[in-house]
Amino acid sequence: MKKVIVIGNGMVGYKFCEKLAAHPLRDQFELVVFGEEFRPAYDRVHLSEYFTLDSADKLLLASSDWYAENNIVLRTGEMITSIETETKRVFTHKHDYFEYDYLILATGSAPFVPNIKGVDKQGVFVYRTIEDLDAIKDYTDKLKQEGKFKASVLGGGLLGLEAANAAKELGLQTDVIEFAPRLMPRQLDKAASDMLQSKIESLGMKIHLGKNSKEIVGEEGIEKIDFADETSLQTDMLIISAGIRPRDELAVKCGLRTGERGGVYVNNKMETSDPAIYAIGEVALYNNGIYGLVAPGYEMAGVAVDQIAGGEKLMSPSIDMSTQLKLVGTEVASFGDPFIENDEITAIVYENKQRGVYKRINIAKDGSKLLGGIMVGDSSDYNTLFQLYINAMKLPENPEDLILGSRGGESKSALGSVLDLPDTAQICSCEAVSKGTICDSITSGACCTFSDVVKSTKASSSCGGCKPMVTDLVSATLKSMGQEVKETICEHFEYSRQEMYDLVKLHSIMNFDEALDRHGKGHGCESCKPVLASIFASIYMETANRQAPIQDSNDRFLANIQRNGTYSVVPRVPGGEITPDKLMVLGQVAKKYDLYTKITGGQRIDLFGAQLHELPMIWKELIDAGFESGHAYGKSLRTVKSCVGSTWCRFGLHDSVSFAIRIEDRYKGLRSPHKLKGGVSGCIRECAEARGKDFGVIAVEGGWNLFVCGNGGATPKHAILLAEKLDDDTCIKYLDRFLVYYIRTAAPLQRTAPWLDKLEGGIEYLKKVVVEDSLGIGEELEAEMQELVNQYACEWKEAIEDPQMMKRFKPFVNSEEKDESLVFVPMRDQKMPRPW
Amino acid sequence: MEELLKNYQSVADQHAIHWIKVGQTGDFPENAGACVKYNAKQIAVYHFTRTNSWYACQNLCPHKMEMVLSRGMTGDSQGIPKVACPLHKKTFSLEDGSNLNGEDYSIATYPVRIQEGNVYIGFVD
Repeated sequence: MKKVIVIGNGMVGYKFCEKLAAHPLRDQFELVVFGEEFRPAYDRVHLSEYFTLDSADKLLLASSDWYAENNIVLRTGEMITSIETETKRVFTHKHDYFEYDYLILATGSAPFVPNIKGVDKQGVFVYRTIEDLDAIKDYTDKLKQEGKFKASVLGGGLLGLEAANAAKELGLQTDVIEFAPRLMPRQLDKAASDMLQSKIESLGMKIHLGKNSKEIVGEEGIEKIDFADETSLQTDMLIISAGIRPRDELAVKCGLRTGERGGVYVNNKMETSDPAIYAIGEVALYNNGIYGLVAPGYEMAGVAVDQIAGGEKLMSPSIDMSTQLKLVGTEVASFGDPFIENDEITAIVYENKQRGVYKRINIAKDGSKLLGGIMVGDSSDYNTLFQLYINAMKLPENPEDLILGSRGGESKSALGSVLDLPDTAQICSCEAVSKGTICDSITSGACCTFSDVVKSTKASSSCGGCKPMVTDLVSATLKSMGQEVKETICEHFEYSRQEMYDLVKLHSIMNFDEALDRHGKGHGCESCKPVLASIFASIYMETANRQAPIQDSNDRFLANIQRNGTYSVVPRVPGGEITPDKLMVLGQVAKKYDLYTKITGGQRIDLFGAQLHELPMIWKELIDAGFESGHAYGKSLRTVKSCVGSTWCRFGLHDSVSFAIRIEDRYKGLRSPHKLKGGVSGCIRECAEARGKDFGVIAVEGGWNLFVCGNGGATPKHAILLAEKLDDDTCIKYLDRFLVYYIRTAAPLQRTAPWLDKLEGGIEYLKKVVVEDSLGIGEELEAEMQELVNQYACEWKEAIEDPQMMKRFKPFVNSEEKDESLVFVPMRDQKMPRPW
Repeated sequence: MEELLKNYQSVADQHAIHWIKVGQTGDFPENAGACVKYNAKQIAVYHFTRTNSWYACQNLCPHKMEMVLSRGMTGDSQGIPKVACPLHKKTFSLEDGSNLNGEDYSIATYPVRIQEGNVYIGFVD
């Protein structure tokens, strides 16, 4: 067994562990890792998110348990102080020593702190570790108590801007100081820097370019910075992020070959001048360069693992420094050679100051290939452009289409299909996963879904930037294998919901048995029955009473089943408006049947604990008092929540309650692929939380703004603006069209937000269909909705008036007894089911 | 609670001693379940009209010990008739009571006979 010691537990050091742990020859190695920080390796790329996360653990790349499970000895908080190459030993700061066969230097880098007078003053920080961030935060709290809010960041590069964003997130008024005449001088040209600067400054930050800092001035803590041009800047804190210096002190001490400006020299096997010692990540000097990005670091880790395991993997001869990221809320990307200017090159530039977008591509004079480029404000084309560049692919006839999109005619990606890429094309640069690897994982049968592929190849598991391409590749590959991922309803119907909807309509199929006879097989099941029930309801507006057995069990009994098999009852309270008399009826009924009562999230009242046989009696009383079914049990319209609106509220613009009631009354009983919720707010304060609903209407000067496809739940989504300043009738018209279109085309149990995500063309397409009526079906959709509205009937009223329908509420066929097995326990003056 | 489960043991058709009449065929819903009572037992009865088959099983879902299976949706999985519990959609074979989601729970099933429009369920106790 060979002993491997890794010095450094940063991102690249961790990647080395991960790759070795997964290596087929893993058993031949004993692995010990030293990290001088107390935490195991964490994600420094997303360091600025630390302030918004509730715990540092969320940044960890793997927990301590992971190292243990993989038989890796992790010694955090332990520093290696020297290496003895002759005896192959490393010594810790506690004077312990450890022997190695292979030593991996993954010591990374330290922030470069320029030699400025006063740099040791209080309030001067670097930005590298979680401890640095903690110190910055503590100092910020102290400053705020003294009424000070001014921070500056020294360094306008990638890391500097990250740090500036972090300071801004802490609520500080933040300035950025850069020595060069532009921001991100390694990635951006002047015009791109100008665009980025104006974007950042519009967020309230200030940028000072071409500033040479001379002295940090202050009594105890920093008060100002003096520049060489005799100007100065007041500031209460300074964060230095002016570049990195490789941590090569151990290597220097033990006589390894190092570069003049730092870094441990390595060859393309990642070997240092001592063949038993490897260096990877930001400490490695490869091809005369130090690379401060994770992708090359990860590649180095992979090469080192392969080499010590006897493989022949070599580091790519040239390192790609392409990068795409979001800085201070602005998309920035740069790839290939962003700057080249000579006679062989043509640069194509697009600049839109109004939208804050700058794009530049450098192409060979003969138009044959792409050599590099820059994007600020919109980097959505990055993946396509990067693939064209890295694979030296042939460019379209009009290369300007690459950044302008083809104007007129059908829009088509310049790349064509992802399947056109060569197999060697690198899709995920963080994990170095090629297109071939992804496709093979599917064609070999090892993976069938996107998540399988991520798990097995690691593609898109790091920064996630390539996720759209991986998704496309997965479905394109499956499709090419004839396995079109068709979303059939279940084993009984080989059709999607939309296809079934069309078939039922086309052939006027009237019931489930007929549907099974014509288009299905078997008895059906708990998946297809509710889907068909919903389709029948949406086409014929039939209530859940007509085909009770195919209803999901809540719909079958027109109530929501709860923990102990009892039900809850929710009468409709349109818009949340209720009279005192009706409130009293609810109280009386609850008291009489001993029901637990609670206000729901949709502004109504839920009565819990009703037994099956009590449901009709309870509803008889509620209906006599003027209530209707609230359809809380159905995949159907639930509530349209409202704020009190202009009738009472001194801020209200329009009468939101009246409009909410009108909408709820119109769509009550409407069944849909999933539940539907709405909201109406009387002004932009949005007290009805309408943007958290499937459709939300918000009053503005001149009408209503209509938002669609929001929801709360596990994946909250704000609804998106569909149309502005509508009058009441137009708003209803658009809602009719939107709802019927959704009901026709959504998958089973797909709410509006994921439906919109999947809708090709997204919200822009939906606007065309609903607002511009591009499909010419507007009137048809409205007529269909009107038909459904006309046929509405309260299904509870229907049920209690028909003795045949009432049979289902009898607990036992052969006995008049009640179910005596139910047990309740008391809770806060009410009751609850006996706990499980 | 486990005491409750002991009350339900599968009965094979040929072993049934008492055939108890629990109602007429028309008293039971088509392609859905209803519950009957026999001494301390609650039994769910299902009528599958497409094959005109009848099934009976315990009403008690063994997952959370609630008397709810008769209110579950019926159907089939690869031809095996089944019921899905209305609480958490655990599905059980109505032929042998096994759990079809590959979990540990199973339910007791009982034989059903139809004679002259009456529904009989077979018990050993």
